[in-house]
Amino acid sequence: MRVTAMKDWLDERLSINTLSEIAQKKEIPLHRHSIWYYFGGMTLFLFVVQVVTGILLLLYYRPSAENAFESVQFIVTEVQFGWLIRSIHSWSANLMIATLFIHLFSVFFLRAYYRPREMTWVSGVFLLFISICFGFSGYLLPWNEVSFFATKVGTEIAGVIPVVGRPALRFLRGGDDVTGATLTRFFGFHVAVLPAAATVFLAIHVLLVQLHGMSVPPSIDKQNVRKMKFIPNFLLRDLIGWILAIGVLAALAALFPWELGEKADPFAPAPAGIKPEWYFLFMFQTLKILPAKILGMDGEVLGIMAFNMIALLLFIVPFIDRGPENRTRRIVFNVIGVVALLYIVVMTVVGYVT
Amino acid sequence: MDQYRLRILFFSTKSLATKFTGPCAKTFFAVVVLLTFITLASAQKKSSCIECHVKLDDPRLSAPAKLFDNDVHRGRGLSCNDCHGGDPTADTSEAAKDPMKGFLGKPRTLDIPAYCGKCHSDANLMKRFNPSLRVDQEKEYYTSVHGQLLRTGEQKVATCISCHTVHGIRAVNDPLSSVYPLNVADTCAKCHGNADYMSAFKIPSDQVTKFKTSVHAKALYEKQDLSAPTCNDCHGNHGAAPPGIASVANVCGQCHARQADLFQTSPHKAAFDQQGLAECVTCHSNHDIATPTDEMIGTTQGALCVNCHSDGDKGFAAAGHMRSRIDELIASIEKSNDILTLAERKGMEVSKPKFELKGATDALTHARVLIHSSSTAELDKVVAPGLGVASKGYQAGLDALEELSFRRKGLAVSLVFILFLALLVYLKVRQIESRQAIGK
Amino acid sequence: MNNLLHDNPEPAIGPSGVEPGRRRFLDYLLGTSVAATLGAIVYPIIRFMSPPQIIESTENSVIAAKLNEIPVNSGKIFKFGSKPGILVRTDSGELKAFSAVCTHLDCIVQYQPETKHIWCACHNGSYNLNGKNVGGPPPRPLEEFKVNTRGDEIVVSKA
Repeated sequence: MRVTAMKDWLDERLSINTLSEIAQKKEIPLHRHSIWYYFGGMTLFLFVVQVVTGILLLLYYRPSAENAFESVQFIVTEVQFGWLIRSIHSWSANLMIATLFIHLFSVFFLRAYYRPREMTWVSGVFLLFISICFGFSGYLLPWNEVSFFATKVGTEIAGVIPVVGRPALRFLRGGDDVTGATLTRFFGFHVAVLPAAATVFLAIHVLLVQLHGMSVPPSIDKQNVRKMKFIPNFLLRDLIGWILAIGVLAALAALFPWELGEKADPFAPAPAGIKPEWYFLFMFQTLKILPAKILGMDGEVLGIMAFNMIALLLFIVPFIDRGPENRTRRIVFNVIGVVALLYIVVMTVVGYVT
Repeated sequence: MDQYRLRILFFSTKSLATKFTGPCAKTFFAVVVLLTFITLASAQKKSSCIECHVKLDDPRLSAPAKLFDNDVHRGRGLSCNDCHGGDPTADTSEAAKDPMKGFLGKPRTLDIPAYCGKCHSDANLMKRFNPSLRVDQEKEYYTSVHGQLLRTGEQKVATCISCHTVHGIRAVNDPLSSVYPLNVADTCAKCHGNADYMSAFKIPSDQVTKFKTSVHAKALYEKQDLSAPTCNDCHGNHGAAPPGIASVANVCGQCHARQADLFQTSPHKAAFDQQGLAECVTCHSNHDIATPTDEMIGTTQGALCVNCHSDGDKGFAAAGHMRSRIDELIASIEKSNDILTLAERKGMEVSKPKFELKGATDALTHARVLIHSSSTAELDKVVAPGLGVASKGYQAGLDALEELSFRRKGLAVSLVFILFLALLVYLKVRQIESRQAIGK
Repeated sequence: MNNLLHDNPEPAIGPSGVEPGRRRFLDYLLGTSVAATLGAIVYPIIRFMSPPQIIESTENSVIAAKLNEIPVNSGKIFKFGSKPGILVRTDSGELKAFSAVCTHLDCIVQYQPETKHIWCACHNGSYNLNGKNVGGPPPRPLEEFKVNTRGDEIVVSKA
């Protein structure tokens, strides 16, 4: 048949049959925690949506202080379906970070980082920080009032870190203040540096997942667990989720279009009640409630250092909680995880309400 | 250090120096000579007037000397004797204030204009100091109410020093000057705001308080707009007098040229002049000029037109027509603005139509100015296009809302298809798995 | 790789529980739905990529008028970004453009052919043809723009 002839032609050059066999062999364990397996793929799907809509926006966006706002306004008013592409890009970013957090916590609680999957976890933490940087840099690009001041406050906080803070602030801002130079720099990060880094770490992360297969939580009997073929069964289910995600994005874009706001004016005073995007809110709120001085040191600096410490600790989680043998350590980590999750949720809500 | 003592020091140093001729001495001598020259060059001319008066206990006598440091005349190298005569180099009171040396003493109030006019009315002299300064202030002064009263012997009037102060006179553009635009009203108020002082002249004393509530005062004091008028801009400064009632429009028209022009060609001009009504002031008041409102025109309660016009006369009809047209335009603009804001809040981008709507607001401003022509035809010429712009804005708002509803319908349709597709995939999964189960 | 749509051949009789006809119908529906959805995704993307009517945001440069719309010794108001501008053709035929926002209290200025000055009706302010404030309250000159001609269009851009 013509199809098999084509397949043979490709296989001779690209070994697709070998790849096909590997894909056919992939199986997904079925147990009461299987639902969480969907979230990694969902995050990846939303990332792909970001790449596609981002490239489309690149056709019209202009990364300079004089033109950025007007170019986004142009996209939203003059370009056919521009409003749709832009709103999807903004909403999908938020949805992606949400699914990313769900993926992170589910992997944490289900101990998918036990050996031999430590590197998968580490590459995942890198992806977490890359995604947060994507969010922070992308937020500035429309150059409107909220994003200008959010960037100002955010980079200000970075500058507070002792020793490296000031050079870090100057590196981020491209100078001492948030200016057009900051915008151009953030644009470079957003469309070149971060995508390159994301590609590298995504490749590592996804390949490692295929290599090691799906992890089974310690509470499940690995030997006797039911399995489901990835192709076509699990993949089709993934597809249902992705199709529904498209529906959600379309609804959000049409019913809650992303705001454009006012063009940034560096000389105007900051609007009252400025706050960062929701995924930064818990940290922002924490810094707000910390007392001015703790044990003689500046409260805010201590808070920021603490968050930095936690970020670093996140990398080495699989090297501290090594395996299911140590029961006490497992319980301790569960407690830490629950406390962290509750803290983030509560602080985010408080940040919104006040 | 005064010239006399410096000379002594100079000569004594010089005589001392001849005793020493080595290189050390020569340098020392050179330094001293240098310092002397520098000091001599910068020393003021000697003025015994200032030297003595500054030390007197009575503040009325020491004040002139102390204030003079800031005086604009001092900066030009002038001193007490240039106005008062006398000999500033003399060391005794009699010698310095010798009438033979031209000492004039303190001038009488009636003589003050001439006193200052000695220099300020002399074109040749003023050219040496400030060629662009006018030299007719004294002449102008005698055309003013103050000057005319002064001629009759009335002393309780303003003379040069009443406004410009004396001894510490600052230039007009010096913000600390009593005649700097921001300070003029308070300077006039010193007399004109004092009810007791003005009671003899039978004129009110509330002008400055009224002025401070006006829109001009707001521009001047709050926005620091120095082009806004203060007392002297309407009344004149040296020739200060209230403008004649038939010429008020000319005065206001210095800035409000359009309104003045329109008024001059309107039927009101002749009517006002004939009835002895003050132009502009009759409707807008003179000192407490408030921001005009649309309520001022029309035939309803509170409108100014009905003060003269009554039902049946042409003016009454015109007033009613003009007000209704303006109200119509305002309503149309508001309607368009409302729908555009609604569309905006619902997420549609309408900044361009909103910008274009400003053209209608421009027409409204224009219409409000055209009222001064009392011509309904002129007004209509401006209101009609304004209504056109406003309705275009309204249409743009309708279009935006329609686009929004189109998007929502599009969304509903797409969601149906998307959910349908998801359902189909689900059925396919079920189908595949049931086949796999059987196959097993 | 398994082709989802052309899977196992039809069984002659099948205790499969799914009739061959229904399976084919489902496959057909699925195929058309997928095609329709892909079309619904690709269509907006294609429309997005094709240039819209106005090809650039008008902030930095705009076509103010056509050459034959503005005779000698006249002025015309045009929209420049979000602000009004005034285009003037002088006696000598030269084209000049300025911001039309009066520097006193933001009224829109106009060209006066009699005085050959730009005039503001609100408080009698006037500017000369270099934009310099020469009469009345305006405290600052009008911002001047660059004027170029392209074919029969007059293009005004930020200086």
